[in-house]
Amino acid sequence: MTDLYADLGAVLPEIVLALGAMLVLMIGVVQGGTKQGEEHAARSANVLCGALLIGAAFLVWRDDAGAREAFGGLLAIDAFAAFAKILILVGAAVMLALGVDYLKRHDLMKFEYAVLLTFSALGMCLMASANDLMTLYMGVELQSLSLYVIAAFRRDSIRSTEAGLKYFVLGALSSGLLLYGASLIYGYSGSTNFADIAKAVAVSETPIGLLIGIAFLCAGLAFKISAAPFHMWTPDVYEGAPAPVTAFFATAPKVAAGAMFARAMVEPFGAITDQWSQIIAFLAVCSMFLGAFAGIGQSNIKRLMAYSSISHMGFALVGLAAGTRAGIEGMLVYLAIYLLMNIGVFAFILMMTRDGAQVTRLADLDGLAKTRPGYALGVAALMFSLAGIPPLWGFFAKYQVFQAAVDADMAWLAVAGVIASVIGAFYYLNIVRRMYFSEPGEPVHLAGGFAHRAAFAIAAVAMVAAVAPAPGFNGFGAPEAAARAAEALMP
Amino acid sequence: MDVVADAALVDYYWLRLTTFLPLGGALLMLLFSERSAGDQLSMKRFALGVSLATFLVSLVLLAKFDPSLDGFQMVEETEWLGLLTFKLGVDGLSLPFVLLTTFLMPIVFLASWGVETRVKEYMIAFLILETLMIGVFVALDIVLFYLFFEGGLIPMFLIIGIWGGKERIYAAFKFFLYTLLGSLLMLVAMLYMIHVAGSSDIEQLLAHRFSSDPFSVAGLYIPAGIQGLLWLAFFASFAVKMPMWPVHTWLPDAHVQAPTAGSVVLAAVLLKMGGYGFLRFSLPMFPVASATFADLVFVLSVVAIVYTSLVALMQEDIKKLIAYSSVAHMGYVTMGIFAANQQGVDGAVFQMISHGFISGALFLLVGVIYDRMHTREISFYGGLVNRMPVFAVVMLLFTMGNVGLPGTSGFVGEMLALVGAFQADSLVALVATTGVILSAAYMLWLYWRVVLGALENPKLADIKDMNAREIACVAPLAAGALILGVAPGYALDLFQPAVERLLEGYDAALAAAGVEHAIQLSAAAADLLGAK
Repeated sequence: MTDLYADLGAVLPEIVLALGAMLVLMIGVVQGGTKQGEEHAARSANVLCGALLIGAAFLVWRDDAGAREAFGGLLAIDAFAAFAKILILVGAAVMLALGVDYLKRHDLMKFEYAVLLTFSALGMCLMASANDLMTLYMGVELQSLSLYVIAAFRRDSIRSTEAGLKYFVLGALSSGLLLYGASLIYGYSGSTNFADIAKAVAVSETPIGLLIGIAFLCAGLAFKISAAPFHMWTPDVYEGAPAPVTAFFATAPKVAAGAMFARAMVEPFGAITDQWSQIIAFLAVCSMFLGAFAGIGQSNIKRLMAYSSISHMGFALVGLAAGTRAGIEGMLVYLAIYLLMNIGVFAFILMMTRDGAQVTRLADLDGLAKTRPGYALGVAALMFSLAGIPPLWGFFAKYQVFQAAVDADMAWLAVAGVIASVIGAFYYLNIVRRMYFSEPGEPVHLAGGFAHRAAFAIAAVAMVAAVAPAPGFNGFGAPEAAARAAEALMP
Repeated sequence: MDVVADAALVDYYWLRLTTFLPLGGALLMLLFSERSAGDQLSMKRFALGVSLATFLVSLVLLAKFDPSLDGFQMVEETEWLGLLTFKLGVDGLSLPFVLLTTFLMPIVFLASWGVETRVKEYMIAFLILETLMIGVFVALDIVLFYLFFEGGLIPMFLIIGIWGGKERIYAAFKFFLYTLLGSLLMLVAMLYMIHVAGSSDIEQLLAHRFSSDPFSVAGLYIPAGIQGLLWLAFFASFAVKMPMWPVHTWLPDAHVQAPTAGSVVLAAVLLKMGGYGFLRFSLPMFPVASATFADLVFVLSVVAIVYTSLVALMQEDIKKLIAYSSVAHMGYVTMGIFAANQQGVDGAVFQMISHGFISGALFLLVGVIYDRMHTREISFYGGLVNRMPVFAVVMLLFTMGNVGLPGTSGFVGEMLALVGAFQADSLVALVATTGVILSAAYMLWLYWRVVLGALENPKLADIKDMNAREIACVAPLAAGALILGVAPGYALDLFQPAVERLLEGYDAALAAAGVEHAIQLSAAAADLLGAK
């Protein structure tokens, strides 16, 4: 019998999120009713949920009881989970703050937005800690159901509704794949707990049914992380969903899915790395190339960022495919840098308006360097970083996963990665070209509050400053934290 | 702390200052406002001041540097991003290039006085580029080297794309993607080297012997084994940067479209990174592969020298002609390096420095007449000597320098490289020597068509001679080309000991592996003729 108080203490951040979000829901229901009350409720919900997310991140950060399991091994509370959770919670809080302006402009100020976002963040925290196929599924579903709803949040827009529905149908399919895989794994190993599966896997020769189970599990997880060939939903959902929702999709859920993917492979199947590493490598190569090629023809910046994120998930999976501690470390650093880059880019996209309406065409960026040189410089820094051109921070993200791949005798994967990054460089450069080499077209208004400007500036400056070999810079502690996290997963 | 360590501490501050002073200037420049012409002038002055200060600081490096010492000097090392080392230092091979860069940059800024659009961004781009270029030569960590090497693409991409000519966007993309593809193969090779040697420190990699046992992959025989593959990956990057035939096609486009100052930097410094890379990595780290593939390099170099010289003859655009002549001259450099003997490598390094002065000056001179007439068509000009006597004299000096006339630095470099090549392979040297004649042909013909003769085009009637600023730009380059032509020892003394040590290590490695120096093409040819 485990100690209930210790268990509850271990999941304190999640409890705070869950109870807090329910409370906000109550407040919203009580306050709502009239138009004015609804807006008032939305405003207070935004503030409260933001505080909840930051508070939970603080609790995760302050947790110093060491690595442990809770609820009989259902959840793992360790440095790995903490790393992912802090990224998720901070990312979600930032995206909540950045979305407010858009919601106001489009008359979408409803308190449900903040509540749903908080519930999805709770789901993501469970995904990062999931140490059992059951909790894994619970986390995924809690996250996904919240995301389905906010994808269709703009009910009067056909595109948004379509995005929500598409995401829901394909998401349900992938959950089915994931569950089927989980049932096979349970059938052939006798347990849903990662540690017990690991024991079962280590003693006997791997049965074929288990391998099929792993393949289905990978397919389901690949869908969540939007890795090719399970990426089809991504561009449509990114384009159709309201801009702040797209921004949210591109950030925190990717980190959560990445972290969950890593744990679900390494913990139960660490002894048979060679069996699943090829699947991951295949997903990685497909994603990197598909993202690189398909992005070239895009004219909508949200759609472009969708392909960009597919490609980036491919690069992150290179680290996982290596199946080593250095690979996991590289993957975590990659996810952290990816999160920051996307926060910067989407903070900028959310500012792009004309006559009070969001614009997302690439052509709207034409000549930005002439009209708004400061912003153009920042976007250029982010684009070069996304392309992985040194000396920007994005280069080091790629460097680390490639090094891990080479160290794991998968040099071919690194070669494929560098070729894909040259191809991908083309569309990032194209954005720089539009800003710097083209004549300004119809002027774009950059409407944004302090939050947008700050998030954008911090992300852009960090791309350059992180590389400085001075104390306090040097990757802002991310490499060290990722090293601790990777060690927790693979001692 | 003892005195020696203190002295070393002070020394490396100078190196750090040289490298990052331009970057600091660029950051300060962000604070400038660009509203009036007065603001633009103060920005130009500020950038010029920063680059002059950098040059002065680099002279301190020269004073503190002792060529007779083995290994790297003024080394500093810091932990970096949790998995790398941030390590800087100089030796006899890198210091000449650092000085070349810092010497040229004030000239570049002086030559940019006429820029009127987006002056602030222009100056920032060039200052950042200066830091990145110096960084390439002083980096002692292989990933740090890559970072500087590739980082230079960003400012250069913007310089060509924003301030370039009509086809600038095409040229900028071609330049960027071409060089990026080459370099990324090198990155994979670097990752593998770090994997095998367990360190990204260049000093440790230099000490590591990479396996050179040949093996076959899928029926494909790979001579020199791992070394061969690594060598080829590095070659892909440096050959594009250099550029060597047949991957030189980005250069004429980039040169023609780049603004004058961009062309100067490109020709004088950026191309030298390829040659420096061969000397820093290919020759000492992969000696067996270098010997194995030397013939390949010889053939490509000779083709470059002869073929691009012929192409240069047919050009109608002055800048394009000089760009092709650059490719030909870089052919001597690659030939000299892979001759792998004292004269050859000395000649190659010397040729790179000399080419920095001469081609830099030639591009400046093209800029002088382009600024006045806005065309680079050779047929547009003719008889400039009647209106521009000073220009005619200076142009003559650098034409002769480019031809390799004794008394100019061009002669010393080409001569040494040819002597070195002759020792390695007489046939190669024989064919390469025709390049000297061809270069005389295209340069003198160019001079004749542009400067000499009667002034026939009425549009040229009012053309003004070079002004004081333009003269001030080329004067230091002229002085450099002449001084090094008459007294090459100033430069040779700096890098000769380092070259000697490089070649000692190279020969020792070959002897240990039981490999001969390059198989002689001339001997092979003689066999072939004898067999007939």
